[in-house]
Amino acid sequence: MAKLLQIKAISGHAGPVAGANTSRDYDVCKLIDVTTCIGCKACEVACMEWNGYPTQTTTFDNTYQTMPDTKWNYWNLIRFNEFVHPDGSLQWLMRKDQCMHCADPGCLKSCPADGAIVQYANGIVDFNQANCIGCQYCVTGCPFDIPKFNPQTKKVFKCTLCSDRVSNGLEPACIKSCPTGCLHFGSKEDMKDLAEKRALQLRTHTPHTNAGVYDPAGVGGTHVMYVLHDIDHPERYGGLPKNPVISAWVGLWKGPMKWAGGGGIFLGLLVAAVHFLRWGPKEAEIREDLLPPVPPEATHGD
Amino acid sequence: MATSKHAVLRTEVPSDQIMRYTWVERVCHWATAATYGYCGLSGLAFFTPYLYWLVIPLGGGPTARFWHPALGFGFVGFIFWMGFLWKDDFKFIPEDYEWNRKVMFYITNQDEKLPPQARFDAGQKVFFYVMIATAVVLPLTGIVMWFPEYIPRSIHWLLPVVVFFHSVAALVSVGMIIIHVYMGTVIVPGSWRAITVGYVSRGWAMLHHALWYRKMTRGEERK
Repeated sequence: MAKLLQIKAISGHAGPVAGANTSRDYDVCKLIDVTTCIGCKACEVACMEWNGYPTQTTTFDNTYQTMPDTKWNYWNLIRFNEFVHPDGSLQWLMRKDQCMHCADPGCLKSCPADGAIVQYANGIVDFNQANCIGCQYCVTGCPFDIPKFNPQTKKVFKCTLCSDRVSNGLEPACIKSCPTGCLHFGSKEDMKDLAEKRALQLRTHTPHTNAGVYDPAGVGGTHVMYVLHDIDHPERYGGLPKNPVISAWVGLWKGPMKWAGGGGIFLGLLVAAVHFLRWGPKEAEIREDLLPPVPPEATHGD
Repeated sequence: MATSKHAVLRTEVPSDQIMRYTWVERVCHWATAATYGYCGLSGLAFFTPYLYWLVIPLGGGPTARFWHPALGFGFVGFIFWMGFLWKDDFKFIPEDYEWNRKVMFYITNQDEKLPPQARFDAGQKVFFYVMIATAVVLPLTGIVMWFPEYIPRSIHWLLPVVVFFHSVAALVSVGMIIIHVYMGTVIVPGSWRAITVGYVSRGWAMLHHALWYRKMTRGEERK
């Protein structure tokens, strides 16, 4: 089971990753079939129960949504949208929102703290609050706006895909609680297969002829996938981005600029050292005795 | 006044020396330097994993993240105070343009080919204005990075843009500081004493700041 939590990448880490390049034959994935979600919030409760963070009062906004947004201690939220079709018909869209566990995680890419974010070979992207410094660069990097800050502890939290359960051979808590079978958990390959079958079933046997699987390539694919009624309009499901990508500015900042900056500083020190050896200090033989005397008032400053 | 015959503690600038920086100016310089030092080192730690170890002497990662923005605004306050203290001395004079054109003579220690300089030479003035420019960009971008939790989700796309320009401004200022520290500590002997104890020899003043030296020793045009 330890293999399930084999480390793949570590944030802000200069050295090699321990255990890299060994076999990775099993990666996990959560599949959310939004077409069978009834918005019961059992997964929200199970998440709270398993992860054990204190709950808080919330605001009611006249919808079937528990609160306006996920919070540092509320990682799993069914987003509700009453969508009005052009023909005037209504559709209630329920989407279980949580960390997508990207294969190319923007949070990890942005994080400066060594070991605060760890990506396991099985696909789970986990935050390690012991190493978190609270800078929230992860918020800067995340295209899904998932990491949430706790102002008391100055640490950032998000869904762990129940890494503590998965590493012991269990499914995530939310999966276990789902009464309609809209949540599935298994290997990415198996879940992709299942998702495509379900999408095909929807296209063939229901009016949802544009049903499809949400596994965005812009972040290298995700270890949380959706089956959507209409794959062309994910934004209708509580703002799910259509083509999520890590901001190009993050790439510039963590790519060319990091090397230009680091190289520039190194080169600057090198030039200073060579300059010192070639030209050295501005030493002059000053014949103080040939200079006119200093008037007394000059010693008291300008 | 009671004096010892053998050892006398000095309370005044020695008669053959010139006061270059008053104690208030030195306090301002070192307050700026100390706050900048903390921010510069912690900022480099946040910039690259290869320098993350710099947070250890600064109190650790979370502590460095706590102090970096607070001391950063201290640095901004101090450098603007510095600009206020030296506002007349930082004005460019005609000799400065010539000095800047001939800066290669300065770099290669052929100072005799350079025009005489006032209290600050043209290089020091350029250094100050670049630092002031970064001291405008850094807090403007830094305030957003200090409290990203208050940035609405609809403009989260702005965060990486802000981080990028914060880093660019910081790198420019780090480059300037490397030159400044290198020159102050090893290249211009006597300048370290000027910014710590406060006074310089007549020869030093004549060599590096001839116009200022003349002004100081003529005993006129004094404020």
